[in-house]
Amino acid sequence: MLKTFSKGGIHPPENKFSVDKAIEVLPLPQKVSIPIAQHIGAPATPVVNKNDEVKTGQIIAKSAGFVSTNIHSSVSGKVVKIDKIVESSGYKKTSVVIEVKGDEWVETIDRSLDLKKEITIEQSDIINKILDAGIVGLGGATFPSHVKLSVPKGKKAEILIINGVECEPYLTSDHRLMLEKGEEVLVGTKILMKALGVTKAIIGIENNKKDAIEHLISLSKEYDGIEVNALKVKYPQGGEKQLIQALINREVPSGGLPIDVGAVVHNVGTAYAVYEAVQKNKPLFERVVTVTGDSIQKTSNFIARIGTPVSELIEAAGGKPDDTGKIVSGGPMMGKALNSLDAPVTKGTSGILLFPENKAHRKETKPCIRCAKCVSVCPMGLEPFLLMTLTQKRLFDKVEKENALDCIECGSCSYTCPADRPLLDYIRLGKSNVSQIIRSRNKK
Amino acid sequence: MSPVVIITIISLSSIGIVSALILYFIAQKFKVFEDPRIDKVEEALPSANCGGCGFPGCRNFAEACVKADDLSNLHCPVGGNDTMSSVASILGMDAVAQVKKIAVLRCNGACEYRPNTNIYEGADNCTVAANLYGGDTGCEFGCLGLGECVEVCDFDALYMDEKTGMPVVVEDNCTACNACVEVCPKDLFELRKQGPKGRRIYIACRNEDKGGIAKKACAVACIGCSKCVKECPHDAITIENFLAFIHDDKCKLCRKCVPVCPTNAILETNFPPRKPKPEIKKEPVVDLKQSIVAEGKVNEPEAKNNSNKETSDNN
Repeated sequence: MLKTFSKGGIHPPENKFSVDKAIEVLPLPQKVSIPIAQHIGAPATPVVNKNDEVKTGQIIAKSAGFVSTNIHSSVSGKVVKIDKIVESSGYKKTSVVIEVKGDEWVETIDRSLDLKKEITIEQSDIINKILDAGIVGLGGATFPSHVKLSVPKGKKAEILIINGVECEPYLTSDHRLMLEKGEEVLVGTKILMKALGVTKAIIGIENNKKDAIEHLISLSKEYDGIEVNALKVKYPQGGEKQLIQALINREVPSGGLPIDVGAVVHNVGTAYAVYEAVQKNKPLFERVVTVTGDSIQKTSNFIARIGTPVSELIEAAGGKPDDTGKIVSGGPMMGKALNSLDAPVTKGTSGILLFPENKAHRKETKPCIRCAKCVSVCPMGLEPFLLMTLTQKRLFDKVEKENALDCIECGSCSYTCPADRPLLDYIRLGKSNVSQIIRSRNKK
Repeated sequence: MSPVVIITIISLSSIGIVSALILYFIAQKFKVFEDPRIDKVEEALPSANCGGCGFPGCRNFAEACVKADDLSNLHCPVGGNDTMSSVASILGMDAVAQVKKIAVLRCNGACEYRPNTNIYEGADNCTVAANLYGGDTGCEFGCLGLGECVEVCDFDALYMDEKTGMPVVVEDNCTACNACVEVCPKDLFELRKQGPKGRRIYIACRNEDKGGIAKKACAVACIGCSKCVKECPHDAITIENFLAFIHDDKCKLCRKCVPVCPTNAILETNFPPRKPKPEIKKEPVVDLKQSIVAEGKVNEPEAKNNSNKETSDNN
């Protein structure tokens, strides 16, 4: 019997069309626009000026605070402007726009593709290296990785968990990465283990990626302390709290962090980025992006430079089908619909998903029939219908008491609701109000 | 009568008397003195419990009035100066007259001026939509048209105009309680002086983009050209982030700024029609002004439009 998390969960159709498509390198775009806020926390401060010449991998914005990270140029060329540019949300965010000229990399980056297994870096230098390279959680949450690796005083990391679950339907970028760069991911894992000072790491992979599981199991024999575990397919297993519970059967307390139960979770994409940063001296300026959809001509997995317009990815995958009704950045469950195709690929873009018109729209909202399906699928044990009603009635103190802040926004409730109620929309609203109330309370 | 009945009557009544005595002394001991004026002041207030005064309800406001040394910082926007003078007479203080204010919507981006760039399908709630994305038009500062302000208005002073897809303030009903100002995620409502005969001049735009971008997104956006600033004889207009703002404490309602605005972003309400002057071109703004003049007359709230759902690419 395979492991999985105990509470709730759903089984949406997997639709992993691009699973057998090898990772291709996307041709360089003409122009990139790189937002200075691609991570959770303070936006970085730009350190280049208009008309500066930059090289690929050169730092263009410096971390502004502990929870923040560096941003690097993903191309070589000239900075045309630093201005507010529309990003995927439709809001304008400060971005550095670079016109591409050739592809000249910073000299210190090792561009060879050879595997470098030997870890020579000192333990104390790893976190700085990761901050310098601007690495954030590549699973989609984009939380700066060096913060997760800095274990607070009084807490102890016992185990590293590498998230290869990729529970979102359609997406295959982590799957392809594990197949094609398995060894690099394992070296990255070793580096992360060294940084945390732990001797054990588990890579959790859902059982719909049998080839990746076999591949990593055979490779991991050479690496001490790394174990590969197959997991039963269930969404949202990629949530860190769910994954910890599934793999080591520990429950992160309400309001707590994984470190409270001695675990640190990183994505396989992050492990690969850490390998590149430490062994090859290469900062994070490109990532694997799945471009897929029901009627797209050529579903693909691309290595795309950060800042590439989404339209170029879609062009490279055979163009936008005529029946496209909605384009989503990220997976279908947690991704966000895009406002404009000029939006750039950022560090958190794991996929671009094109829905045909007949799948693109929400259904009409109907009254709640009290079936409690949302309660039974909630992986955090919350009562989504109640949170929605309380938020609508603006009873935010009760929303707080019902532990709304524990919600991981996986969308299982909205997915399963037979009355098509926008449960998650309102829970998000309740959460933002509750956190505002808590902030103002703490100020007093 | 059997002795059982007599014993029962005596014992029950003695328990009753003892408990009554205990209760009486406890009530004396823990008696909370409450100023009788609080009740009187509360009675004089409109009992709307809207929170417009800055207190959670009318009772709290009444307590604050009784405690206060003078009434200059306390004002009930719903009751206005009449209520405040009766409160003052109860408390034996002088009422401080305050200028009557009214909510104005600082966005004029109706569908015809501001084309949709995508479709919203999420929950019918402005705050939800604003947390999600910039809005269904090119302007990230403009009205989302989902009517959360109408929902929170306790005085029926707002309704959605189906034609423009935007809320309209009913002048006679607005009490300047601040509810819409607080709820609007785009900060589009502002409390301004109601003005003599309801005459007001304000910039109906919050777009802080550069002129070109603003104009592309919305035909009636303020482009920050500063023509109005040059025209204003009273220094009442300032520009910040490519957006002009008319300070209502300095504005003398001379209307000179209105015709110079190249995008008709400056609105004037309840003014008599202008005498046609040969040098000023007749602009399409006339329609606009008429619709604004009509604000006060229309009282029938209309059903809001719920045809909006999540963002999607529409090009």
